[in-house]
Amino acid sequence: MIPGVDGFMYPNEVELQWSLLIVLYPYITGLVAGAFILASLERVFKVDAVRPTYRLALLTALSFLLVAPLPLQLHLGHPERSFEMYLTPHTASAMAMFGFVYLWYLTVVLLLEIWLEFRAEIVYLAQTTKGLRRVIYRALTLGSMNVSPEARRLDDKVGYIVTVIGIPSAFMLHGYVGFIFGSIKANPWWSTPLMPIVFLFSAMVSGIAAVLLLYVASMKVKKMAVDMRCVDTIAKYLFYTFCIDFTLEMLDLVHRTYESDESFRSLDFMVHTRLFFSQVVLQIFLGTLVPLCLLAANQLWRFTEKARRAMYVTACSLTMIGIFAMRWNVVIGGQLFSKSFLGYTTYKMAFATREGLLPAIALMLLPFAIFFVLVYLLPPWQEPEHVSAPAGD
Amino acid sequence: MFRDSGHLIRPAVVLLLGLGIFLAIRAAVVPKGFGKYGHYRPQALALIRSKPISFAGQDMCLMCHDDQGKARAAGKHAHVACEACHGPLADHANDPAAHKPVLPDVANLCRRCHEKDAAKPKGFPQVVTAEHSGGVLCNGCHQPHNPHL
Ligand code: HEC
Ligand code: HEC
Ligand code: HEC
Ligand code: HEC
Repeated sequence: MIPGVDGFMYPNEVELQWSLLIVLYPYITGLVAGAFILASLERVFKVDAVRPTYRLALLTALSFLLVAPLPLQLHLGHPERSFEMYLTPHTASAMAMFGFVYLWYLTVVLLLEIWLEFRAEIVYLAQTTKGLRRVIYRALTLGSMNVSPEARRLDDKVGYIVTVIGIPSAFMLHGYVGFIFGSIKANPWWSTPLMPIVFLFSAMVSGIAAVLLLYVASMKVKKMAVDMRCVDTIAKYLFYTFCIDFTLEMLDLVHRTYESDESFRSLDFMVHTRLFFSQVVLQIFLGTLVPLCLLAANQLWRFTEKARRAMYVTACSLTMIGIFAMRWNVVIGGQLFSKSFLGYTTYKMAFATREGLLPAIALMLLPFAIFFVLVYLLPPWQEPEHVSAPAGD
Repeated sequence: MFRDSGHLIRPAVVLLLGLGIFLAIRAAVVPKGFGKYGHYRPQALALIRSKPISFAGQDMCLMCHDDQGKARAAGKHAHVACEACHGPLADHANDPAAHKPVLPDVANLCRRCHEKDAAKPKGFPQVVTAEHSGGVLCNGCHQPHNPHL
């Protein structure tokens, strides 16, 4: 009958409304929340070993956060209208309130924390650079050159408070995305209160993996030594969060299977056919079990540095793919079956259209471009000696 | 003490400044009375009211077209409004001499509602038009106003 449709579909279900861009959106916000939570580990829980990635994680979070709303705006069209969400807030709409969560997180948490953390460098660079860079750094100092030990001690204190506020904010930022899906009661694939928690933990997993990869890659580019103690610790945390994430996802699966409500046969059929590759092969096997085994092996046995690095990089790369597949299976998978549970449609991805593969790739590369600029402006590699934190307190 | 915490005032000032600019823009661009009746501007009601009316409503049609009205009332299309088939005709109803309506394109009109579709309620009369009519126009056999043969 209609190409790509099997069985019975309601007319409004034949074509998917939420495209690849809506897959990117939870993926990108997840990376933000994950990277930030890793950074706060160091700050609030005083995990000293991950210190070398602290600043990198902050900048990673910012790069992805700046890109996070773009897929939505591209999907909806009329990006100028998104400002109206702030002008005339709609308190009953979770999607509209997200604008405020986003703004809060961007300005009060992330920008403030980065400013406080990098103030010493900014002041130093404002005094030592010339030309345009000097102007930029001068603007970034906000007019204060005070980096006395006492001032830096205060920065540290305030930064701590900001981080403490930031953790629930990061949870909210990503928990919200899960909430949006979890609260769609018409869709049995999405509608579960576990959704926000599953999204949150998968966000942490993907964010931690992304920071680890970016750290190793940056060290390679900068020809600096990788701090193995740091990487080992991150891998350990990745393993723990991954275990929780996997447990939650399995809980969801077992619960669905045991409950076997009226949607189950349809969803089960989908997992065995249209979603087999992306769900079973990519998400569960390659994206979860293989990295979990690699990470678990590292908790059990001691490998050489080189082997460890290779294992971590493999595990993290697979994790990134796996989490992407998870977002895909949630967003696209949730639209492939009919509410009648009698039919299935297919997602046809376009290439060079507004919601096609090309803009999606561009959007996925954009955070890295921003990251590149940020790292150039605010080198996160080490705290320079001349402005090192006070020892007096 | 303040000497070393003075710089912390600055981001706060920047934030407040941003907030101030935002509030100023908001005051300037949000329409007056927004939200008075709901999540929209109350002026929209007057604006919509001022738009020209395009549908006359079937009570109007019946005033002049009694024949068609009677024919329709006797058949299965009794509850299908005139303008559902004829399109909006307020201009015509106001001044029949100046605006003569174009008759509906039967080849597409009936199909719009009666083409066979599994998504329609079972009780609704539907046919696979191509097979059913054999290419003859529907009004070759059915009367549009009283579709009984
Ligand atoms: C004020 C009286 C009046 C009203 C109200 C009125 N009509 Fe008419 N209508 C006429 C007259 C008179 C003619 C004949 C015009 C002509 O033949 O030039 C006509 C012609 C028509 C024709 C075209 C007939 C043909 O042979 O081409 C249609 C169709 C029609 N009307 C439909 C409607 C519908 C539908 C309505 C309600 C929205 C409506 N009319 C309301 C007076 C009216
Ligand atoms: C189911 C669709 C349908 C409905 C409902 C309908 N009409 Fe018609 N009407 C037609 C079609 C189709 C024609 C043209 C017939 C033709 O081309 O021979 C027509 C023709 C007419 C004509 C031209 C004279 C004639 O009888 O052919 C008038 C006048 C008219 N309709 C008035 C009305 C009025 C008044 C109503 C509401 C009481 C109404 N119609 C409801 C489909 C409809
Ligand atoms: C706006 C939608 C609409 C259009 C256009 C329309 N119809 Fe109908 N038709 C209906 C409805 C509604 C019924 C009544 C269904 C019921 O009784 O449940 C109906 C009933 C019928 C019936 C009666 C079926 C029976 O069970 O006896 C016939 C025949 C029919 N239409 C033919 C036509 C023809 C021919 C045309 C084109 C001139 C047409 N219809 C255009 C909505 C439409
Ligand atoms: C050759 C004459 C003829 C033509 C042309 C024709 N019909 Fe019919 N139609 C009939 C007859 C006869 C019946 C009654 C059949 C019956 O009751 O089983 C009928 C019945 C119907 C019914 C009722 C079916 C039901 O299940 O109750 C609909 C709807 C209908 N026609 C729509 C159309 C439409 C739409 C067209 C134009 C595409 C059309 N007809 C053209 C002769 C015709």
